[in-house]
Amino acid sequence: MSKNITIIDGNEAAAYVAHKTNEVCAIYPITPSSNMGEWADQWSSEGRTNLWGTVPLVAELQSEGGASGAVHGALQTGALTTTFTASQGLLLMIPNMYKIAGELTSTVFHVSARSLACQALSIFGDHSDVMATRQTGFALLASSSVQEVMDMALIAQAATLESRVPFVHFFDGFRTSHEVNKVELLDDDQIKAMMDDKLIIAHRARALNPERPVMRGTAQNPDVYFQGRETVNPFYAAAPGIVQKAMDRFAKVAGRAYHLFDYVGAPDAERVLVIMGSGAETALDTVNYLRKNGGDKVGVVIVRLYRPFSAAHLLAALPKTAKAIAVLDRTKEPGSAGEPLYQDVVTALAEALGAGSLAAMPKVVGGRYGLSSKEFTPGMVKAVLDELKKTQPKNHFTVGITDDVAKTSLDYDPAFSTESDKTVRAMFFGLGADGTVGANKNSIKIIGEETDMDAQGYFVYDSKKAGSRTVSHLRFGSEPIHAPYLISAANFIACHQAIFLEQVDMLKYAVPGATFLLNSPHGKDEVWNTLPRKVQQQIIDKKLKLYVIDGYKVARDTGMGSRVNTIMQTCFFAISGVLPREEAIAKIKESIKKTYGKKGEEIVRKNYEAVDQTLAHLYEIQVPAQATSAHDMPPVVAAEAPEFVRHVTAEIMAGRGDDLPVSAMPADGTWPTGTTKWEKRNISLAVPAWEPDLCIQCGNCSLVCPHACVRSKLYDPAQLAKAPASFKSVEWKSKEQPGRRYTVQVTVEDCTGCGLCVDVCPKKDKANPAKRAINMTEKAPILEAERANWKFFDSLPDADRGALDLGSIKDFQFTLPLFEFSGACAGCGETPYVTILSRLFGERALIANATGCSSIYGGNLPTTPWTVNKEGRGPAWSNSLFEDNAEFGFGFRLTLDKHREYALELLQKLAGDVGADLAGAIAAATQHNEQEIGAQRERVARLKQKLAGVKKPEAAHLLAIADALVKRSVWVVGGDGWAYDIGYGGLDHVLACGRNVNALVLDTEVYSNTGGQCSKSTPRGAVAKFAAGGKPGSKKDLAMMAISYGNVYVARVALGANPRQALKAFIEAEAYEGPSLILAYSHCIAHGIDMINGLKQQKLAVDCGHWPLYRFNPDLAAKGQNPFCLDSKKPSVPLKDYAYNEIRFKMLTRSKPEEAKRLIELGQEDVNERWRIVERMAAAPAGAPVEQL
Amino acid sequence: MDLSTTYMGMSLKNPLVPSAAPVSESVDKIRQMEDAGAAAVVMFSIFEEQVRQEEQLIDDRLAAGTESFAESLSYFPAVGDYHVGPDAYLELIRKAADATDIPIIGSLNGVSHEGWISYARRIQEAGAKGLELNVYYIPTDPKLTGAAVEQEYLDILKAVKSAVTIPVALKIGPYFSSLANMAHQFDQAGADALVLFNRFYQPDLDLENMTVASTLNLSTPEDIRLPLRWIAILHGRIKASLAATTGVHGAREAVKYLLAGADVVMTTAALLKKGLRHLTTLVEDLDNWLEENEYESVRQMKGILSQKTVADPAAFERANYIKILEKYKTEYRMV
Repeated sequence: MSKNITIIDGNEAAAYVAHKTNEVCAIYPITPSSNMGEWADQWSSEGRTNLWGTVPLVAELQSEGGASGAVHGALQTGALTTTFTASQGLLLMIPNMYKIAGELTSTVFHVSARSLACQALSIFGDHSDVMATRQTGFALLASSSVQEVMDMALIAQAATLESRVPFVHFFDGFRTSHEVNKVELLDDDQIKAMMDDKLIIAHRARALNPERPVMRGTAQNPDVYFQGRETVNPFYAAAPGIVQKAMDRFAKVAGRAYHLFDYVGAPDAERVLVIMGSGAETALDTVNYLRKNGGDKVGVVIVRLYRPFSAAHLLAALPKTAKAIAVLDRTKEPGSAGEPLYQDVVTALAEALGAGSLAAMPKVVGGRYGLSSKEFTPGMVKAVLDELKKTQPKNHFTVGITDDVAKTSLDYDPAFSTESDKTVRAMFFGLGADGTVGANKNSIKIIGEETDMDAQGYFVYDSKKAGSRTVSHLRFGSEPIHAPYLISAANFIACHQAIFLEQVDMLKYAVPGATFLLNSPHGKDEVWNTLPRKVQQQIIDKKLKLYVIDGYKVARDTGMGSRVNTIMQTCFFAISGVLPREEAIAKIKESIKKTYGKKGEEIVRKNYEAVDQTLAHLYEIQVPAQATSAHDMPPVVAAEAPEFVRHVTAEIMAGRGDDLPVSAMPADGTWPTGTTKWEKRNISLAVPAWEPDLCIQCGNCSLVCPHACVRSKLYDPAQLAKAPASFKSVEWKSKEQPGRRYTVQVTVEDCTGCGLCVDVCPKKDKANPAKRAINMTEKAPILEAERANWKFFDSLPDADRGALDLGSIKDFQFTLPLFEFSGACAGCGETPYVTILSRLFGERALIANATGCSSIYGGNLPTTPWTVNKEGRGPAWSNSLFEDNAEFGFGFRLTLDKHREYALELLQKLAGDVGADLAGAIAAATQHNEQEIGAQRERVARLKQKLAGVKKPEAAHLLAIADALVKRSVWVVGGDGWAYDIGYGGLDHVLACGRNVNALVLDTEVYSNTGGQCSKSTPRGAVAKFAAGGKPGSKKDLAMMAISYGNVYVARVALGANPRQALKAFIEAEAYEGPSLILAYSHCIAHGIDMINGLKQQKLAVDCGHWPLYRFNPDLAAKGQNPFCLDSKKPSVPLKDYAYNEIRFKMLTRSKPEEAKRLIELGQEDVNERWRIVERMAAAPAGAPVEQL
Repeated sequence: MDLSTTYMGMSLKNPLVPSAAPVSESVDKIRQMEDAGAAAVVMFSIFEEQVRQEEQLIDDRLAAGTESFAESLSYFPAVGDYHVGPDAYLELIRKAADATDIPIIGSLNGVSHEGWISYARRIQEAGAKGLELNVYYIPTDPKLTGAAVEQEYLDILKAVKSAVTIPVALKIGPYFSSLANMAHQFDQAGADALVLFNRFYQPDLDLENMTVASTLNLSTPEDIRLPLRWIAILHGRIKASLAATTGVHGAREAVKYLLAGADVVMTTAALLKKGLRHLTTLVEDLDNWLEENEYESVRQMKGILSQKTVADPAAFERANYIKILEKYKTEYRMV
């Protein structure tokens, strides 16, 4: 075994070469490229040097626009510079890419290619992003596999220095960027052999330098710009040759040969594919299979260098015998003559034909495949090749979907497989939280690094952050694996959570005779009867070998908690036969030592014990001859769900989204809201149970529930007549509505089990102080009853909003959440604020949501949490981008303001038709409270009725915009990554514009959605990605920046510290007829806390002065009062008492204790200084101008 | 004035030793204590159980939410080099031993047999000149007999003694049925010193929140009486050194302990209240007391009021209790 063999993913492979061959790296995190920057940052922070013995400088910018600007600047001053990005991030770099290319500057951008946000955002892979840069002048070099990523990264680096053409080196997002694979690591000597010092020195010599000044970036006029633009031609003409030269040199250095266009297949092929990226691997494998098994005259041209496009090299690679060519693009250009690669190939052939170098024009068709990581399988490759047999093959086809609208799709055989029986194909269905993926990555390392077998792993995650399901696809084999697609025929299937058998038809993937490993709490003698009937039948029919273990028992007994990773990994090795059992166990233990060694002896010890205990508790089950279960897999959604939910949403939920045809999809990305209610995920084994007799009816539990699962209602006792027997009810204790009944109801099927409701409950049982008025209890025994209770509770009438004091928590509990059951983390600190927004203003809210956690738990399919009230009104929500959210919401406000103005104009014109009284009342109506808004809504409804009968063009126009006459609430919502960093410029501008837009910043002080990168909101001393040594600088004070405008309502709130103040701030912000900014302290899993302590940490954040609570209300200034109201008390605990409850701070005390001490002291000074300022502002005399506060 | 003393076979320049407490949390503070006159420093205790819990906690928090969601497969940077477990403690001993000229004494509370042995060895390897076993153990199991508890202490002591070559002190509480016998047994088992007494943390109740309150009260000068009695009783009866460790706020208490027979006097409360420089005052005041009372050395005055040498040995026993009661009745005119 070569010492250079390693197991890594594509991102690490790219980062490895980039870090070795650059001095400066300027980045901004974006999925799926973030890991590349993180690797580079980690290596630099560990002191790892580049090829020339110096540690590369890694800088995180505020956006990709910023990153590309920094790259441009670093290049212009002579540093070897790189960046990593994808998707919209790459698009934000385009302006600089033109500049960098126009100035003939050597650099490589490594891109894990990803879909672009069009009708929807998608984080998954295709070539839409890189294709959007093909006109910039950057060379585009594609990699198809993890090994190629490493190789091409180096080839690109060598070629860019020689050619002076900048490169985008790209590979498929997720499929390659996240595929774990066995690769040969390039060593320093190999890399050095590819790098020409003379070229590097020449790069430096072109740098801006005041010792020998030149200028770039001039403004040119019509006289010379054109000629200047044409100067680059020789460089582009030379580039393909230079790349090939670099490839040839690489072949000598590393032994792997590449060409600009690599042809694989029959020398006399008649049907040929042209393709690039990971799909090329599938095409190659399929072509080889078809030739071997059927003697097909087929081949594939794998495109490596797409730009500059060398027609000559393409033609040289194409077999002369090719009669039909299919060019496959992993992108879509609506309205084009064809997708880009197709057009280029056609042009090349046509030009060759015209020039006489091509004897005859073959049939050429183009097709699209694999958008957003859609599977691209051998069956699809075969379908395309089969299509080429036809006299008139379909052009502009799609493959991999069913297009029943434009009829573009090719049929394919999903069962067609090229995989060898000798390849171990294992699928593991796990929970994110149980460590399945980590264990599988470990298994791949063991097998890949310790044996001669090839190894591959790919991991599929679902869209929810709480209780997320993972599916691991692992292949091991003695033959090379060219299979960048999911396993569909597995010889080993492991189900790490028995409940999945009720939800996923996983055994459809099992081949006959496969092994099925089940983690079940039921004993070996009972387990059979717990399986759904369909599962039993599949086991019998496919003659599966069934093994069972109670992994959770072993985990509990060995102190592993809920992490069954090591246990299930041991089972896999014990029964899969991939390695001899004893050897495998020894290797697992070695690996445990390696993986957990630095985490402490205790962790290692527990894992060792888990391994030993596993073997004693693993049983093979003798499969009965007959299926015996009475129960089967339940329906995905309830029968009463809306048609769309039943036919579309439910299919996606069931994992059959791939089978949905084009016609099932909304054409413009418009989806119904309120669908999470149909997805009963049942992810928590423990749920809250209410104690009516103890309850003081405060409403805190309902207020803080991150998933809106705890609801309260007040109702007439007579309505209890039809209540289920187990329905809990108690007399309402307030004097105001005597005699009414009160219920706190939990929708246990939607509960994530976070426990915040219990933590916040102020009432303790006198006899048992550990018991509160709401307590966690085991769900299973109460599930059926609570289902019925919830149904009954839901049927009770909602509160009359007009009668509620919305600023009182006691009343607030009766408002209806219009944001419910999101996929956010259990115990999320953001969603309670989002829910408050929905409860206060939801039925008239327009929400612009910046990309990030809130857009994902708020808008990721299959089901979405924004919902409607019984009248059908609710928040209208949209996500534009990450960077433009404030402006996007500002646009909402512009429309509303304009439409209101226009509607009033039309109303005046139509007053005679609709009645002057009504028109006058509408125009004059104030809408300061719920009653007034309700009255206006009623007037507008009457107006619409009247307008329907008015046959004037103006009436139709007024009818279309009359809703704008009812007060709307415009919100721009996002995280600190948006508000402090990438979207700050826009947010600042919108706040400065003075229009009535409310900004809600869910401030987790870190990029949560992309995995914990430092933002400008990150506090000093906190460890985050790109701040591994603790953030050295202090947190940006966005609130004070906004206050400085004087006309912006600003509030800092923390629900866990002062919920009433938070409610007040929301109400005031919305009531203020100008811009508002609410900064909401949001505890987060990225803080490294036990989420049940989230609210306590919020309180400590306030008590220590890290997060002072205040409101700045310009309306008060207008009344001559001090607009600044300080809502929290002088800090009463030191910063460290708050900070060191969180791993983000504590970690530094373990890695750099002295620095931790220095930073926490500085942090304390920050707190002191901040308090001094707010105290002074609060004490300022009424009428003092803002700048003197 | 000769303030020197011998503790666990180590010659110390004076009998004042900061006891196991957070004041020894940094090399800087340990050096400050040395500069202020500390003759040795007992490091704060490392608790095996706490170390295990912290390892688990950090691992749990770092793992929470990872490998679950495609965009955020982790939430923290992969910090290559961080210290969990006893590493930081051992590193501190190492640095303190290098940075000072006084003996650094480790302090250990184990939970497992392996833990006691392995941590003890590592503390020795890190450069500690002595080891104090802080057997902080509250037997709550009604089935557990006193004899079993006593045997547990002995087993721990023997196991550690066989694992290390540095002297080993045993810090014990007063709650043995026959403390003198136990002290004898510890002596026989090889204890190089007995530290009297461990002030086991006494929980309070928080009436506002109806919970157990974890507050720690510092000892007061009145608290010296229990250890004072037992030091006076044990002095001269066992080979092991004796360390007194409760209620030393000023030289007065130190003097009393020394007169009773302590070889060293340990303090924390005074340092926490008055700062590390207070050690200098203690040393100076001790020196002054000796001078004023015409003693030439600590050795000369050590143990002269122990039970063995005092004029009225019964004063340390039950008879003394009767006398006190009688005196109490007289003073308060109850007779």
